[in-house]
Amino acid sequence: MAYFLQQLVNGIALGSIYGLIAIGYTMVYGIIGMINFAHGDIFMVGAFIALIAFLLIMSLGLTLVPLALVLVLIIAMLLTAMWGWTVERIAYRPLRESFRLAPLITAIGMSIILQNFIQVAQGARVKPLQPVITGGYQIFDEGGFAVNLSNIQILIVVTTVALMGVFWLVITRTALGRAQRACEQDRLMAALSGVNVDRTISATFVMGAALAAVAGLLYLLYYGVIDFFIGFVAGIKAFTAAVFGGIGSLPGAMLGGLVIGLIETFWSAYFSIEYKDVAAFSMLAIVLIFFPTGLLGRPETEKV
Amino acid sequence: MSEPVKSLSLRLQAALADALLAAYVTFALFCLTLGFRTVDSAGGLTLKARPMLLAIAVGIVFVGRLLLNLFWWNGNWKVPRPAWRPVWPIPAVTRYGSENGAMLLVIAAALFPILAFALDKTLHLGLPLRYLLDLSILVLTYVMLGFGLNIVVGLAGLLDLGYVAFYAVGAYTFALLAAHFGFGFWMCLPLAGLLAALWGVILGFPVLRLRGDYLAIVTLAFGEIVRIVLLNWTHVTNGPNGISNIPKPTFFGLPFKATGGETFASFFGLRYDPLHSIIFLYYVILGLALLTSLFTLRLRRLPIGRAWEAMREDEIACRSLGINTTVAKLTAFATGAMFGGFAGSFFATRQGFISPESFSFIESAIILAIVVLGGMGSQIGVVLAAIVMIGGFELLRNMEWLQLIFGQDFDPSLYRMLLFGIAMVGIMLWRPHGIIASREPSIVLKERRAVGGRLVKEGRA
Repeated sequence: MAYFLQQLVNGIALGSIYGLIAIGYTMVYGIIGMINFAHGDIFMVGAFIALIAFLLIMSLGLTLVPLALVLVLIIAMLLTAMWGWTVERIAYRPLRESFRLAPLITAIGMSIILQNFIQVAQGARVKPLQPVITGGYQIFDEGGFAVNLSNIQILIVVTTVALMGVFWLVITRTALGRAQRACEQDRLMAALSGVNVDRTISATFVMGAALAAVAGLLYLLYYGVIDFFIGFVAGIKAFTAAVFGGIGSLPGAMLGGLVIGLIETFWSAYFSIEYKDVAAFSMLAIVLIFFPTGLLGRPETEKV
Repeated sequence: MSEPVKSLSLRLQAALADALLAAYVTFALFCLTLGFRTVDSAGGLTLKARPMLLAIAVGIVFVGRLLLNLFWWNGNWKVPRPAWRPVWPIPAVTRYGSENGAMLLVIAAALFPILAFALDKTLHLGLPLRYLLDLSILVLTYVMLGFGLNIVVGLAGLLDLGYVAFYAVGAYTFALLAAHFGFGFWMCLPLAGLLAALWGVILGFPVLRLRGDYLAIVTLAFGEIVRIVLLNWTHVTNGPNGISNIPKPTFFGLPFKATGGETFASFFGLRYDPLHSIIFLYYVILGLALLTSLFTLRLRRLPIGRAWEAMREDEIACRSLGINTTVAKLTAFATGAMFGGFAGSFFATRQGFISPESFSFIESAIILAIVVLGGMGSQIGVVLAAIVMIGGFELLRNMEWLQLIFGQDFDPSLYRMLLFGIAMVGIMLWRPHGIIASREPSIVLKERRAVGGRLVKEGRA
């Protein structure tokens, strides 16, 4: 039981990170109907920016960790958002009216560019960071096996929930959110009613990238080690999560992230760690066979 | 020019503002990622500032953007664009004379190794034949893979991001059969194709109901699953260490060896030359690629090929006309997979060694990029894209002279993938419908007319 609880805690923390990345995928897909393949690598770039910003702030002599982290968070969100904006501007906007495979190819190209840019600029070696947030609580002890809830796990879940809340408000209450939902339903009609479609789409990429930066920072703090390749696996998992929850749906992305995180953690804990990705991907196939539009997705009406 | 001609100072002002903005964005993008480098040191990671590099990057963007603004994008001093189209021979090849053009290409490809070999031997030119042939074989392998994937993506409109799985199945089928039962290449080739086709059907069944991007992600997941299983199922696949000593193909039972029994060289009374075997491999893959190409061209005229194209254009309309889309999808997957299996088998025999590393997602992405960049449905487009992407990529290997400019620490091979990605994005932006944006109609009513790429709705599934 204790072991189970511990894995549950770990799974939720991991799933929250996946969920944050998945939101970026699901929003972009909802609005322009393309898989933003480079999003996983935006997450990786975000993690690197967070790492460098943290080291920089530390070397400048600011040793108060909470303040430093807040600063890092802001810097990482801003700069990564810039990356998201640039990628959209260079690789996707010129191809918006093209056929749908064209932006997919540029997205894969962008993913290759980002990965290799970081590899060239920062080196291929893994980048370790000493634990920044330590300590935690022991929930209970069962026959010598203690269930630990570490501070970083609490931070991950709290940050995720808070950001989800803010995000939900943005989407449902603000003019930008209304414009986004309008573009999602009918881009041409939205443009005719005075919505600046290009700007709305850019804003979507910016928001997705900012969330990916948060995920990158949390990943860095949680695992303490990053390299230029983390974006690929995390990106696929997060996209799986987005599809799982029903692409285009924000709660779906979060739910999908949690489910993928839990499947992965429990599979590693009870079966074999080598095949954890196989478990997550097989689950995806199984879910899609029975719910072809994901768990919370709307069925599309099909027309000739 | 639709907009009014502005005065010089106004234009300069606008261009400066734009260039400054671009420089500002570049600075924001690169200030941490390029401006600092993380360095391992005793006490953990430390940072090394690289302000010069950052300044150079920002400067390049500023100047480039300024010049583009002034001379290229808007302005009446516009540099006249070159009259020649960079792809001038292509339209002539694809339109009405396409068969002649394709024929010429095939003849050239068929004669190239023999002629080069003969010239090299008689005149002692000292050509880097081995390198050239190896490169051609590599390009042809990708051409064949492109043709195979073209059946799934270009004809049937099913977006497959896990094509490399079938390539892997083919390669491992041959490698395992050869290692455990001593089967030869020619016996394994059909078996590899069959097994890969079987896997195509196995993948096809669960994804029958999926459309568009859902299909893409499940095929991607499938490709990853195959790779992970190959990596971890150690007692069969030998895990990350891979399988080595895969036999080379024989020429109707005659091996390509220097000594030992009757060999190719002794049978034909030739002096043994290691290049024989490579030239033979070249012809094998050329034959396989041509087979795939012809097969596709013929299939398009068969009912099943027409069903695929109808399904690509509109699945519901297709179904309401009484076409069995289940059968159409499964055959598309199986056929595409079969050619992937052939190519995999060839890859195994050429390399002599395979490991799961060769079958990562990036391979699928490269093959898909070749198909899409070539202009989907166009066979010559696939060939051109493969030559540009793979050939260009390999040429970047020999860039050691750049070290003279950038110093000894400069490792050009690091930049290969970066340039590859940039080329992928660049070509797509430059020609969004692929290098060859028109293709021949499969069915004609009265006259043959080229179909514009924008009329083909591939990938809409």
